[in-house]
Parts: sequence; C-alpha cells; structure tokens
Amino acid sequence: MSCNCNSGKKEQQSRRSFLSKLIYSIMGIVTVILAIPFITAMLEPFLRQKKPVWRRVAEANDFKIGETKKVTFKNSTLYKWSSDISKTAAYVRRDNDNEFIAFSVNCSHLGCPVRWEDKPQLFFCPCHGGAFYRDGSRAAGPPNRGLYKYPIRIKNGSVELETQAIPITNITV
Amino acid sequence: MKILRRIGKWLNDRGKFADIVKPLKTHLVPPGTKWNYIWGSGVLFCFTVQVITGIALSFMYQPSVNAAYESLQHIENEAFLGSFIRGLHNWGASGMVVLLGVHMARVYLNAAYKYPREMSWISGVFLLGITVTMAFTGQLLRWDGNGVWTAILGAEQMGRIPVIGDYIAYFFLGGKTMGGQTLNRFFSMHVFLLPGLLSAIIGYHIFLVFKNGISEPPKQGRLVNPETYRKWYDKLLKKKGVPFFPDVIWRDVVFTLVVLLILIALAFLVGAPKLTKPPDPTILEVEPKPDWYFKWLYAIFATMNRKLEPYFLFFGPLIGGIVLFSIPFLSKGGERHPIKRPWAIAGIIFVIVTLGSLTYIGMIAPWVPEFDAEPVSAYIALPAENEKQVKKGVELFNTMGCIYCHKIGKKGGLRGPDLTKVEKRLTKDQMIIRITNGAENMPAYGGSLSSEELDDLISFLAAGKQQK
Repeated sequence: MSCNCNSGKKEQQSRRSFLSKLIYSIMGIVTVILAIPFITAMLEPFLRQKKPVWRRVAEANDFKIGETKKVTFKNSTLYKWSSDISKTAAYVRRDNDNEFIAFSVNCSHLGCPVRWEDKPQLFFCPCHGGAFYRDGSRAAGPPNRGLYKYPIRIKNGSVELETQAIPITNITV
Repeated sequence: MKILRRIGKWLNDRGKFADIVKPLKTHLVPPGTKWNYIWGSGVLFCFTVQVITGIALSFMYQPSVNAAYESLQHIENEAFLGSFIRGLHNWGASGMVVLLGVHMARVYLNAAYKYPREMSWISGVFLLGITVTMAFTGQLLRWDGNGVWTAILGAEQMGRIPVIGDYIAYFFLGGKTMGGQTLNRFFSMHVFLLPGLLSAIIGYHIFLVFKNGISEPPKQGRLVNPETYRKWYDKLLKKKGVPFFPDVIWRDVVFTLVVLLILIALAFLVGAPKLTKPPDPTILEVEPKPDWYFKWLYAIFATMNRKLEPYFLFFGPLIGGIVLFSIPFLSKGGERHPIKRPWAIAGIIFVIVTLGSLTYIGMIAPWVPEFDAEPVSAYIALPAENEKQVKKGVELFNTMGCIYCHKIGKKGGLRGPDLTKVEKRLTKDQMIIRITNGAENMPAYGGSLSSEELDDLISFLAAGKQQK
C-alpha cells in the first residue's frame, strides 16, 4: 500500500480552492438577485413618469389686466392616495386681453415658496432673501435667474396650465 | 438559593453569558485613558436613545402623506408621554451631532487616526455622513409645512451636481412632483436603510477599537513609527495595560447617565420643535427654517456670493469629503501631541469659529423679510411743514415692502440698513437713486412707484425721525 500523501494534499487544496470559489460565486449571485427588488422599489416612482397634463385653473375673466393671482391645481400625480400633497400652486398674471403668464411658486434659488405682494408688485422668498419683479425676473438676493414659468393657454375662456416638474436649478445657471 | 445558583451556573455554561462580558474584562487598554475617552461612547449612547425613542415614535406615527401631520399632533398633544418621546428623540439627535463633533475633534487633536487606526477614521467619516443625513431626513418626517419645503430644498441642493443633478434630485423626491410616495421614501431611509447602515458601520468601528486597541494618550516627542508601533503597543499593554472593564469603562457609564439626564431635562423643558402649518404645498405663507444643526448651511446659502454659490453647493461638500477622507493618509506617523501640531489646533479653532459664527447669523437670519413687521406709526416722524406728504410716505413705507427689510425705530426687518437716521447719511438725490435703481439685495422700485409716491416716500425718509 503506497501512501499518496502528496497528491492527496494537492487534491485537497484544489478542492478547497474550488469550494471557496463556489462560496463566493453563490454569495455574489444571491446578492445580485436580492439587490434587484431593493433597487427597483427605490426607482419605482422615479421611473414611472406621468406625462404633463393641461389643467383648468381659472376663468380668464377672473383676472383684471395687470393682476397677479395665486391659482391651485392638481399635479399629474402617480398615485391615487396622493391627495393634498399633489396639489400645487402657481401665480398667474394677466398682461393684457389675451396674454397670460404663469410663474412657478418655487424660488429659482433653492425652491422655497415665493409670496406675491400686490402693492410693491414683487415676489418675496422667505428663505434666503430672494425677490423677483412682476415679470418674474430677478430683483434681489441669491437667485441667479428669474422665476420658472408654466406653459399657459386660454381655452373657451378658461385659463389652463400644463403641469410641470418641480423646477431644479442646475450648477450652470 | 441553591436552585438559583444552579440555574445561573447552567445559563452561564450553556448560554455563555459571562463570555459576552469577558472580552471587556480581559481587554487591556493603555494607562491614562481617562475623561478624554468618553466622547465616542457618548455618541453611541445617543444613538441607542435614538433607536429606542425612534421605535417608540414609529408605534404612533403614520408614515403617510395624508395622516402624518395628524398623527404628529396626536403624539404631541394626546399620547401618553408622546411629547416627551418626541422631545427626547429631537434632543437625542442634537446630542448625537454635538458629541460626534467633539469626538471627532478629540480624535483629530490627539491624532488618534494615525497608524494603525486609519480605518477607524474612515469609518467614522461615513458615520458622520450618515448621521447628518439622518438629521436631515428626520427633520422631513416632521411632516408639516416646514417638512414639505425642506424636501424640496434638499432636492434643489442635489440638483447642483453637474450633468446628473436633475436625476438625483427627482430620485430623492421619488418623482418630478410631490406625491403619495414622497414621505414614505424619507421614512424608509430614516427608519430602515440609514439606521441599518449606521448599526453595521458602528459595529465595525467598535470592532476596530478592540482589534487595533485604544490609542494611548499622546506624549510630546513620542513619535508613531509604523514599522515598530504594533510591537511597542503590545509591550505597553503587557507592561502597564489596565482592563477595560471596570477600570476604564466606568467613566463612560457615568457620562452616559449625565448625557441621559441632560437629554431628559431638555426634552421636558424645551421639547421638540413646534409643528407649523399643515403639509399643503398650496399654502405659501410659510417660512421654512432648518433645525439648529443646519443653520450654518442656511447662512451660507443666504450670504454667499450668488455667482459662486452654485459651484460651492457642489464643490463644497466634494472637497470637504475628500479632505476628511485624506486626513489619515496625509500624516501616517510622527508626532501625535497637539502642542507639536499647531496647525491641527488652528484647524479646529477655524472650524469652530466658522461654524459658530455662521450658526449665530443663521439663528438671527437677517435676510428673511419681516413679513409680520408692525407698521411704523405716523407719530414717529417729527411734524414737518409737509406733514401730509410725510404721512403718505409712512404709509408707503409700510405697504411697499420697505419695512420687510429696513428698520425705522424699533420696527422693521434686518436685511437692509437701518433707516432711522438715513437723513443724516444720504441726500435726497442719493435716496432717489437708491430707491429707483435698487441694489444687489434690494429690488429697484423705479417701476412700481409713481414719481409722486417717490416724493412722498423721500419726504418721510428725509424728515427727522424720532422714536416714541
């Protein structure tokens, strides 16, 4: 009976290295499989973008010429249970008979809700001191651009806005 | 008695309970690890408080856009000890941020991050980042008017990342607009994802403390030499080491009690921030304000040069992160004592002074228009020959928004200069130029004031005004 110790050791070694590889591969596969639902759940609302829709927000006759008013409407929301949180406000201004303009309420600096003040004809931001003129252009403070605008149209005497994403100001403003 | 002892013996033999504490009893630490070594365990204790109060809150809180606000009011006003639990969770967060800052400063000043403890520092930086994110998402879960707009503010900041900014911002909000999904994302992050990550990294952080040993108190002239350090450290422990339990850990336990008492006092006496208006994005009369630990950032956003700011928003955190991560690799060995590392002391003082002064300005927030400013009354102006005009000017000052940013007497905002004695600084012509054209932080009123109104306003501003 000859002892084949040396080749036995070698065999054992290659067996162990095979088993290690097996362990790591299976763990890798398990990780990847489990990561898929984890990631897709986080991405779900992000990937399910709804198309913008036109919303009737007011009657054209509600506005005097030169008047700016807050209107509220529902976003193109993804979920039925969104309720109040999917409501949004915008400022609509009537420049003349047929020209309306709609501003986002989000300050173009960091998104805080600007307030319209009728007397001085200015939008004031409560966060970092930004201000905008009635035409939406920058008046003062940290914003680097004017207020964002919504597409707007008059249809059968009604003012309609097209819902938009919350405007995000980029680094190259 | 005998039976009890037998049960105890059995539990220890099979349950190995004594072995759980045994590593603490046999773990040796260098001599002199005293009150300067309590900060990390203080952070750990605050985290424990957060976990316990957080679970308690989650039993009562409804993580739904529709019900969260009401459930918060229930917790605050009706639930037994609810307001106290909210207060403790709020102050536990503050304690965690403060003690983490002290812990980090201590480690930095004593250069405990040097060889072989670089990974303790690196994992600590991750813990800092996650803790700050926890603080931010926690502020959001307070789903009132403030919470809603804080979410948008957070998204806007991420929007400054070049190229992919929009994607990151909308991913953060879970869509391009607010909706039923928004609050739940923050809830899942704040309650599951981030605490899970925190626990794992805290475990690793503590594991490293045991594996690499607590850093010995620094001594001037005793340099860290990566080649010989581990041998030297082992010898030190063998010769002079003391058991961690109870010689050293008793201070941590005493400190734990002190921290708990302070947190309880704050929770009872001050409580958590009051709930503001309901989370309805169509309510625009809100004044979103960050919790105190973000006031310094708030001040930067408001006071920084606006052309540089978009870049700062991206490069600031990036450079800050790179600096923090590279600290242990910039000086691997050498001196550890702060006296021999004056730049370390200077750095800490710089950070404290910067954050401190920015936080102070952020608390005052002079840039916020004083929307509720009490109107200046006509009597404040001395009767002049043109009294009627002056009165009209006062009216304009009150209604045109001047008072939001300018003070006269004791009334008005802080953004612009105090105008009580403006007639002594500026001529009428200079006032007209300024009001008509505005300035960097003042709107030009040329388009909204008639020349008659401008005259009225100037006659008020140019008149001698007296406080009454």
